[in-house]
Amino acid sequence: MHDLTILSAVLASVVAAATPLLIAALGELVAERAGTLNLGVEGMMIIGAAVGYATAYGSGSLVLGALAGILAGTALSLVFAGLAVWLAANQVASGLATTILGLGLAGLIGAPFVGTKLTAVPQLNIPGLTDLPVIGEVLFGQDAFAYLSILLLILVWIGLGRTRLGLVVRAVGESHSAAHALGHPVRRIRTLAVMFGGACAGLAGAQLSLAYTPFWASDMTAGRGWIALALVVFSAWRPLWLLAGAYLFGAVSILQLHVQGFGLGIPSQLLSALPYLATISALVVISALKKGHGAPASLGVPFVPDR
Amino acid sequence: MTASDTGPALLEAAGLTKRFGALVANDTVSLAIRAGEAHALLGENGAGKSTLVKMLCGLIQPDSGELRYRGEPVVFSDPATSRARGIGVVFQHFALFDALTVVENVALGLPKPEPLGVLAKRIEACVGRYGLSVEPWRRVGELSVGERQRVEIVRCLLGDPQVLILDEPTSVLTPDESEGLFRTVDLLTAEGRAVLFISHKLDEVRRLCQRATVLRGGRFIAEVDPRRETSASLARLMVGADVPRTAPLVAHELGEPRLLVKALTVAGDGSRGSALHDIDLEIRAGEILGIAGVAGNGQTTLFDALSGERTSDPESIVIDKVAAGGLGPTERRALKAGFVPEERLGHAAAPDMRLSDNVLLTTHGDGGIVKGGVIRRAALQARFAEIVKRFDVRFGGRDPKARRLSGGNLQKFVIGREVLREPVLLVVDQPTWGVDAAAATFIRTTLRQKAAEGCAVLVISQDLDELLEFADRIAVMSEGRLTAPVPVAETSREAIGLAMGGAAQESVHQGEGAHAVQA
Repeated sequence: MHDLTILSAVLASVVAAATPLLIAALGELVAERAGTLNLGVEGMMIIGAAVGYATAYGSGSLVLGALAGILAGTALSLVFAGLAVWLAANQVASGLATTILGLGLAGLIGAPFVGTKLTAVPQLNIPGLTDLPVIGEVLFGQDAFAYLSILLLILVWIGLGRTRLGLVVRAVGESHSAAHALGHPVRRIRTLAVMFGGACAGLAGAQLSLAYTPFWASDMTAGRGWIALALVVFSAWRPLWLLAGAYLFGAVSILQLHVQGFGLGIPSQLLSALPYLATISALVVISALKKGHGAPASLGVPFVPDR
Repeated sequence: MTASDTGPALLEAAGLTKRFGALVANDTVSLAIRAGEAHALLGENGAGKSTLVKMLCGLIQPDSGELRYRGEPVVFSDPATSRARGIGVVFQHFALFDALTVVENVALGLPKPEPLGVLAKRIEACVGRYGLSVEPWRRVGELSVGERQRVEIVRCLLGDPQVLILDEPTSVLTPDESEGLFRTVDLLTAEGRAVLFISHKLDEVRRLCQRATVLRGGRFIAEVDPRRETSASLARLMVGADVPRTAPLVAHELGEPRLLVKALTVAGDGSRGSALHDIDLEIRAGEILGIAGVAGNGQTTLFDALSGERTSDPESIVIDKVAAGGLGPTERRALKAGFVPEERLGHAAAPDMRLSDNVLLTTHGDGGIVKGGVIRRAALQARFAEIVKRFDVRFGGRDPKARRLSGGNLQKFVIGREVLREPVLLVVDQPTWGVDAAAATFIRTTLRQKAAEGCAVLVISQDLDELLEFADRIAVMSEGRLTAPVPVAETSREAIGLAMGGAAQESVHQGEGAHAVQA
């Protein structure tokens, strides 16, 4: 019975570790399916974390904090959209600039809050179900962010595959000139997709500072934005593979913590690197097996209408 | 319903002018398309046809002048507006999405969302009505060029257009597929719709259209009834002078075999090229062998296999008595072979490199220009100047990037680069694709002359008329197989057309069918 409790707790923390990656990667997936490669995910996440934390700390409301995180991520994504979509600047450079800007701003905004703490976002327990052994806490004892991430996954999956809007987004990412010739507003759609990516990244950042580790530290995203980007690429731009990748990362990052706890004499730096290594190697294998499901054909190519 | 001269214009362009920087692409151009007619828009490359079409459908805006639809002035601020008014365009470069299915592609062209299942039914109905054949649930990336064009046409037709604009629709089709397209156009005009048919194939225009507008150098030249004109008189209007024909065949002796291909088999790689099966051919010094066929039947793979971009069994390709199947491109060029691929930008030339540097791409191994790994600028400039002068390559500035050149001039440059290497074997893929008539004639004459000097020339082309005009023998490629080459005098358009469709596998011989042979 005791072992089961530990197992249940470990599994539950896997979900918590995977959630921010899943949210941020889903947003980036939509942006990339529309043809914009936004390397600013890390920056948008950390600004979401900082603004979310500051708002929640100031107002005492976690909901307001999460909303503020979303807004902050969206606002920063507009910087990227302005450069890469409307001024047709190089997307890689614009994305990197966005990340650097985000990291700097977040440090500034977060400076007064170093050393403070928040009460974490509560679990949303469902009476009866949460008490089920092992799976109870994993499936029904998570916070709102975890449920939201799954909802978002379903939304993106159905939205991209089954709706007109999703079709247009895919079309714009596949061939912006063809979409333009058919009269679809390429730049507006790309801007919206980038904004969705920014909102998701901001939300993912808020999850980190409000739920996962409810305090502020200036480098608290710790490269998760980059992992989210890698997840998108190696999942071959398919939402369901994102889920697998995010949870693999979550699982290995929790496991390595426990392995560190056993004191096996493996350098802790190596163990900390393990989730990144495991996720990327697994996804490399997947994407090698899934040849043919290539990147959106216009990904990373600035669109300039000729007139 | 047939057009009468007094019939009201459905879509009218009045005095449209469009400038791009210093270039006046359209200078007060006028055009009137009437209901129920097939109207041809004729002109050489750079005559301003594409610019005019883009203004007609709202992709670009005129600087001055006016568009009228059913007599009233309209402004098409974007393609969606023009489509809502009933103007459908099928571009030469298709606006299709390879990764999406046919239904999804069609759905994207419709103003309102519609369940894909319902749409698939409508597509099938439309396909039946106009004798097109399209499978709604296939991915566009898997379709042939002809099928893709039909997808484009169906997409336009579902929007119920009154004016359908077809931009060089037959340049990618087999003769048979073209006939199918003409029947569709006839059905459309019989329903009272107007079709604007852009082409430089004059025979087709005379067969299909009741009216033709001719542009030259961005200006309106004439509106004529093509049925009352000859191909020569139309060509004169387009070019402004008599069109020179390729110099007639020069009688000369055939020499040693320069290229031998024996049982060449190459596996397909899925995305780019299809597989080759058991290709046999022999080209002797002094002859031009033409390979006809619809795009996507293995020509690209054959070119890659010959140029060394894909290697094969060493004995399967013999260049000038040396087994070359296992050699790379540079080693094959060292055997004095020259290669001109189909894609000019990105394959034959590096778009963002200066022209003079592009000379280096194939001449670096020849000695003279590069010595001991060091580029000799003086020698390079001399060769560059010689190419420009002898092949009449025209461009602005002293040494622009390759992408700044027009298609015809870049092709002359690329051909010149290879010819001046004094090759004994030249392999040319689509020598005159998208090149205007004067430059095309020049290129054909050059190749003819090289052959007369003892070079063996292999020409891969989708333009059947071109091959009939200047090749000595013709073989047809279909689904990765090559028919036995036949002397041009012993075959006909019809026989070759059949083989292109894959109907006749054995050869394109036709006993008494020499009537269709042109000079």
